[in-house]
Amino acid sequence: MTDTTQTTTAPGSGASTSHRALSRWFYSRPRARLGALLAFPLLWLGVLYIGSLVLLFITAFWKVDTFTSKVIPSFTLYNFTQILTQPAYQLTALRTIGIALAVTLLCAALALPLGLYMAKIASRRVRMILAIGITLPLWAGYLVKVYSWRLSFTNGGPLDWLLAPLGATGPGYGLGALVITLAYLWFPFMAVPVYSAFRQIPQNLFEASADLGGRGWATVWHIALPLLKPAIIAGSIFTFSLSLGDYIAAQFVGGKTQVIGTVIASNINLNPPLAAAFSTVPLVVVIIYLFLARKSGALNHF
Amino acid sequence: MKNRKALLPLAVLAAGVLTLSACGSDSGDAGTGGITVPDIPMATEIGEGEGEVNIVAWAGFVEDGTTNPDADWVTAFEEETGCMVNRKVGATSDEMVQLMRTGEYDVVSASGDASLRLIAGGDVQPLNTDLVPNFGNLVEGLKGQVYDTLNGKSYGVPIGRGANVLMYNTEKVTEAPDSWAPTWEADSEFAGQVMAYDSPIFIADAAVYLMATEPDLGIENPYALDEEQLAAAVELLKKQNEIAGEYWNDALKAVSSISTGTASMGTGWQVIVNLAQGDGGPVEAVLPQEGATGWSDTWMVHAEAKNQNCAYQWIDYASAPDVNASISQNFGMAPANELACEGSEANIAHCETFHATDEEYYENVWMWTTPVEQCIDGRTDVTCTNYQQWTEAWTAVKG
Repeated sequence: MTDTTQTTTAPGSGASTSHRALSRWFYSRPRARLGALLAFPLLWLGVLYIGSLVLLFITAFWKVDTFTSKVIPSFTLYNFTQILTQPAYQLTALRTIGIALAVTLLCAALALPLGLYMAKIASRRVRMILAIGITLPLWAGYLVKVYSWRLSFTNGGPLDWLLAPLGATGPGYGLGALVITLAYLWFPFMAVPVYSAFRQIPQNLFEASADLGGRGWATVWHIALPLLKPAIIAGSIFTFSLSLGDYIAAQFVGGKTQVIGTVIASNINLNPPLAAAFSTVPLVVVIIYLFLARKSGALNHF
Repeated sequence: MKNRKALLPLAVLAAGVLTLSACGSDSGDAGTGGITVPDIPMATEIGEGEGEVNIVAWAGFVEDGTTNPDADWVTAFEEETGCMVNRKVGATSDEMVQLMRTGEYDVVSASGDASLRLIAGGDVQPLNTDLVPNFGNLVEGLKGQVYDTLNGKSYGVPIGRGANVLMYNTEKVTEAPDSWAPTWEADSEFAGQVMAYDSPIFIADAAVYLMATEPDLGIENPYALDEEQLAAAVELLKKQNEIAGEYWNDALKAVSSISTGTASMGTGWQVIVNLAQGDGGPVEAVLPQEGATGWSDTWMVHAEAKNQNCAYQWIDYASAPDVNASISQNFGMAPANELACEGSEANIAHCETFHATDEEYYENVWMWTTPVEQCIDGRTDVTCTNYQQWTEAWTAVKG
C-alpha cells in the first residue's frame, strides 16, 4: 500500500522506477495486492496463533513416559478416553461451565441497571465517575485483585466484619467466593458494551413508550432489552470464556474447588498430552457458545 | 461465508505447521517401566571455570542480596571463582524437571520427587564426590538415599531436609495434637477448617496415616503402593476432601490461612510456621506419632552441563559449613553439613529447631521419592503404581 502512494506523490524521483513497476504489477493483480496487504496479519494469525493451537491439539494425541514424564510422540486416544470416561473430569468440566454461566448472569444482572442509570439518568459528571469506577478493575494487576479478594473472604476478614451486625458471616473460600471474584474481574467486559448500547437507544423511543402508557419496567423489558440483546451476548462471550479459562482465582479463593484450569495447570508439567486434551474442552464449549451467539444474530455487525 | 477464500492461506499455513511438527518430533527412547539409567560419564577433574553457571533453585537457596540484603552468599562465590551466577527460581518440582530438560541450566536443587525422574531421564550426570571436598562432612542420614543414588552412583549432593509437619492455629486448637487423625477422620471437630497440600505427592501422606491405622493393607513404604493400596489411600483422601476447607501449594497462601484461622490445622512446612510466628500468628507445629512425609533436596548437575567446572565449584561452595548454614537458615530447613550446626549460637539453635542431626526424628519421616513401577520396598510379586497414576488419582480426589 505504501508503495503505491509513494509512486503517485513522487513520480519524478529516480529511485521510484522500480517502485512504479512493482505498483503496476500489483495494480493488475488484485489478489496479489490483497495477499501483500494481509501477509503479516495472516502470518501472525496463522503461524503463531492458529499454529500453536494446532500443535497443542496434536500433543493431545501423544502420551508420556510414565516414569520420566517425557512426551512420546505416538498416536493414542487414551487422553480423550480418560476425559470422557472419568467422573472427576466430567464433574470438573460441568462445574466450570456452571461457574462461567453464573459469572455471566451476575455480570449481566449488575450491568443492566447500571448501564440504564449511566446512559439515561446520571449527570455527565456522575457518568464520568461511574465510567472510571467500572474500568478501574482493568487498571490493577491481576494478582493484586485476586489477592485482595482472598483477604476480603478471610475468616474474620472485612466481609465477616461487614456482615456481623446482620448476624451472618461471609461465604469463606469456595464456589461462592470464586463466582464473586470472577464476576468482579470480568465485569468491565460486560458493563462497557451494555452501557454503550444503552447510549445508542434514542431517547424518543422511551418517550414513545411512555406516551403509549408503558411504565418504567415495561419499557425496559419490551423496548430496551431487545435492543440490548446483541450487546449482552457480546459481553457474555467475554465473561463466559474468560471465566472458563481462569485458574488462579480458583487457587486463591476457590478453597477446594477444582476447575478446568486447575486440572490443566496440575498436568501441564507432568502430563502435557492430558493437559492438551483437557484444554480442548473449553475450546469446544466456547465454539458451541459462539455458534449459539451467532445464531441469535448478535454477531451480525462484526 | 463470503470470506471463505481468505481462509485458504490460513489452511495452507496450518497444514505447513502440521508437517513441520511431524518432522520435528524427536522420537527419543521408548517408555519403560523400570529404572534403566542412561550411561553418562562422570567428571574426573575440575578444570578452569567457564565464567558463569546457570542454576535452577528453590526460592532462598541462591541469594545475592537483592531480595534481602542480609542474605548474600553468591557475591562471595563470584569473587572467589569468577563464575557469575544466573539464578532461576523454580516454583514446583515438576517445573524444575521441565526447566532442566531445556538444557539451559547447569545445576538444579532437586527434591526427592524430582530427582529420580531426572536421573532416569538422562538429564543429570553422576557426580564424582571426590571433587566435592565438603561432601565428607554431610550428615550420614542424607548420604546414599534411594532418591539420589542408583547403582552405587551418587547423582546428588544433599543440601538440607525437612519434615511435613502438622501445623495448627493455637486459638482454634487449644490442646496440642499428637496425631494426624483430626485431619483425616470424617468426624473431625475441625471439619471445614483442614488444609491439605495440593500435589499428587500428598497421596503419600495418606499412605503414612494408613500405615499406622490400617496395618492390614501391608504398606511398607508410602512411595511403594500397589493398586489396592493406592485405592485405599485415594479413598482416605476423598474422605478428607469432605472435611478440607482448602488445598494449598503456595507457602505464602498457607501462611495467611493458618495465621488468620481460616484453616485450623493441616500439613505444612517448618518454614511456614516460622513465617507465621514471625508475623505474630498463633501457629505451632508437631511431628505426629504416625510419622510424616518430608523432603530432602540435593544439588544435581545437568548431563551436558555447559559450565561443568563452575557447577562443581558452586556445589562444593554451597556445601561448605557457613554457606550451608546460611542457605538452610534462610530457607528454614535442617542443613546437610554437620559443621553447619556449630560455630555460633544461631547455628546451634537453628539445628535444634530443625532436628538437623537427630536421626531418630527423621527415622519416622518418609522423604519424597518419585513413585515408580518397581516397588522400592523390595516387593517383586506386584507392580507398584507410578507417578502418572498418582497424578490421575489426585484429580479424582479433588473431584
